[in-house]
Amino acid sequence: MVHWTAEEKQLITGLWGKVNVEECGAEALARLLIVYPWTQRFFSDFGNLSSPTAIIGNPKVRAHGKKVLTSFGEAIKNLDNLKGTYSKLSELHCDKLHVDPENFRLLGDILVIVLAAHFTKDFTPACQATWQKLVGLVAHALARKYH
Amino acid sequence: MVLSAGDKSNVKGVFAKIGGQADEYGADALERMFATYPQTKTYFPHFDLGKGSAQVKGHGKKVAAALVEAANNIDDLAGALSKLSDLHAQKLRVDPVNFKLLGQCFLVVVATRNPSLLTPEVHASLDKFLCAVGTVLTAKYR
Repeated sequence: MVHWTAEEKQLITGLWGKVNVEECGAEALARLLIVYPWTQRFFSDFGNLSSPTAIIGNPKVRAHGKKVLTSFGEAIKNLDNLKGTYSKLSELHCDKLHVDPENFRLLGDILVIVLAAHFTKDFTPACQATWQKLVGLVAHALARKYH
Repeated sequence: MVLSAGDKSNVKGVFAKIGGQADEYGADALERMFATYPQTKTYFPHFDLGKGSAQVKGHGKKVAAALVEAANNIDDLAGALSKLSDLHAQKLRVDPVNFKLLGQCFLVVVATRNPSLLTPEVHASLDKFLCAVGTVLTAKYR
């Protein structure tokens, strides 16, 4: 059973309220594909991923990034039930998409860096700790139904 | 993993920009690491890890200096970090997973203090560099 302090919840929802989900999602996914190029293996039908510029400008990357981060938003509305929130998506990622859960951890770390760059000094150590906890739990929830 | 000429140039650029603030970056990274990954504190039972700790600042300075040295000798990381590699293998024996954690925190520090510096390309190069440093420091573990 996950436990969130009132402070942690505030650090999450307070920050999230100021996030542009589309921009942030697009950037996070683009950076994942650039920094860890082997993650491109899941996106062979995305078209041109041949360079950082191509990846950043790729409309499918943007759209998918927005989708992924929108889902994250759902988790934030249900911090006390991440397992339930991600149950179906977990099955999907295992059975249909065949994504190694390590990729969820990689994306989580990238998201933290994107948020850090966006919020700069407001992204305090306490804020980072809370968000790393969140992305870790989301990764765990997404991996939970794997078999 | 190999650092390309572009990677090396990006990394040198980062440390040139950071310049004299490297000490602060190091201390900040450690503070974040202890807050975010409490298990890393187990390597510092002899330290005061409270906010503003002089010991953490001092250690951050050491870590930063090592990274700067590595960046300045990026063509021969194994050579530049050889003594530190021995130290980590024989004395410190920090579990290899922890280098990734410190690396993540260092990237976050660069992101918070110098976001425009951390373009996706530079992010990739710096991440590779930090991985390479971790690899060298744990190379003689067994």
